[in-house]
Amino acid sequence: MTAVATTPKRRLAGVKQALRPLPWIGPAVALIVAIVLWPVVVMVKTSFTNIASDGFSTGGAGWKNYHSLLQEPALGGVVVRTLLWVALVVGVTMVIALALAQLFNTRFPGRRIARSALIAPWAASVMVTALVFRWALDPNSGAINVVLHAFGIVHQMGSHQADWLGSPGTAMICMMGVAVFVSLPFSTYALLAGLQGIPDEVHEAARVDGAGRWRSYLSVTLPLLRPSLLVATLINIINVFNSFPIIWEMTRGGPGYSTSTSTTMMFILKQSWVGESAALSVANFVLVVIIALAFLRVTTKDGGLG
Amino acid sequence: MSVTTASLSEARLRRQRTRRRISSTKLMLSVLAYGIAVLFILPYLEMAVAALRPASQLLAPNLLPSSLDFHNFTSIWSTGFGGNLVTSLLIAGGATVLVLAVAIPAAFYSARHRFRGRGVFLVLVLATQMFQPASMLVGIQREFLNFNVGSSTLELILINAGFNLAFAVWILNAYFASIPVELEEAAMLDGCSRLSALGRITLPLAAPGIVTALIFTFIAAWNEFMVALTFTLGQSSGRQPLTVAVNNYIGQYSIDWGHLFAGALIATVPVIILFALIEGRVVGGLTAGSVK
Repeated sequence: MTAVATTPKRRLAGVKQALRPLPWIGPAVALIVAIVLWPVVVMVKTSFTNIASDGFSTGGAGWKNYHSLLQEPALGGVVVRTLLWVALVVGVTMVIALALAQLFNTRFPGRRIARSALIAPWAASVMVTALVFRWALDPNSGAINVVLHAFGIVHQMGSHQADWLGSPGTAMICMMGVAVFVSLPFSTYALLAGLQGIPDEVHEAARVDGAGRWRSYLSVTLPLLRPSLLVATLINIINVFNSFPIIWEMTRGGPGYSTSTSTTMMFILKQSWVGESAALSVANFVLVVIIALAFLRVTTKDGGLG
Repeated sequence: MSVTTASLSEARLRRQRTRRRISSTKLMLSVLAYGIAVLFILPYLEMAVAALRPASQLLAPNLLPSSLDFHNFTSIWSTGFGGNLVTSLLIAGGATVLVLAVAIPAAFYSARHRFRGRGVFLVLVLATQMFQPASMLVGIQREFLNFNVGSSTLELILINAGFNLAFAVWILNAYFASIPVELEEAAMLDGCSRLSALGRITLPLAAPGIVTALIFTFIAAWNEFMVALTFTLGQSSGRQPLTVAVNNYIGQYSIDWGHLFAGALIATVPVIILFALIEGRVVGGLTAGSVK
């Protein structure tokens, strides 16, 4: 009897069954495909196309765009700066966030209000935060320089020493500081969520076994915090790698490419060399995909899907 | 008898001493926490101070000016700032409406039904949460160059909706999945249709999730800078959202910091308040699936 299951009628019913989710899921899939996935195809195609400076395509370019990208004298420095930018910003952010999460997890009066002050840099536009820091670092009148001058660290207002954004080295350090500042709220909250998931009994058990505070943190809290630590680190890596407004607003990535990461270099290239910029975008994108795959592995390992 | 009382009171004394020590460390910790909290809002206070400086003291090397001046907040409207505010509202509002209209049915269906391709769909959603416009800006720009939709506002609505959709589906899926299907079935037994059961029972119960997705999408689109800069840089300034318009006060030789920060403050304060309303729930959504 079941052998005749694939009569035309049954097959039609099967198709109908398969199409049933379409009105519910279809629009979402269409929007994601058209806005998020299709640009990837366009981007790869563009990286193999000759684009004149007026934006019109003048035919295939083969690997030419990739060749000229590799021959950019600034590329080596940009790659090194990008690696340092991501590693230092994410590393410092996670260490400070661990301490902040611990601090804001202890009970004290007014904790809710204190905690919600933490979110300001997360809610505000990063562009705005970057501009405030550029203003506060002004060599002649910036608030940070006024304070440093009062403490005797800056010897004279308006001097070369007070012009922190004026030389690439100190400018990078300042911008990393801003990047840490805007990454802290999310990281701290993610770790706070992780800390709240750890039952009190675990700490009590550690105390009964004679573990000191520091010892119990290292061998009990930290391992249990691992999932949130991993997720927060990966999200931060992607955010910090893609970060554009801080560098754009504080130094425009210049002079030259001396304070650029690969994201700002891509943006600067795009203004006159679209094909080459597309080649760099493809490289950036491949890196993000690798990070995202790592993220998927971590999050789906414990059957987290659905 | 007297021995026991002595040791008892001694124990009490010791307990009191430890309690006092704990409360003094607690006091230190809370002072530290308040200090850090102030540090996090300090840049935004400095922004307000800068916007309120009288023009004559704008570049004075002091922390606080001798008087405050609200002139920047009244004169900013004659620089066309109102039009930028409207554009930002249109972009963020439009993107939010589109995201909710598309995400609610998708999240509901994938939470309630097992169907072929459900796993693929959920992986697509989870993976695209990791994609940001920054790493594919060239592709987005070329795509819209070929496929002209006519208005940069509409383009920015579509792009912001596309890139925020995944998070909304993800967080709503978790909410719908947590609402027992029996509640809908009971309503249907009482004579509700499938759709009115959804509208009367499920959606109200999922309201916290919907509000979270709504506010999160709105803020993300409101604050978005890189794509907006790319799509509206050469446009007439009225078409530019606030994030781009604020940068128009940066000239080649001088910067109108007063208007810049007045505008930035007007753009920032509402979203900080909105975000404070949903602070607790966003992290749960961002890390859903791994941190339970």
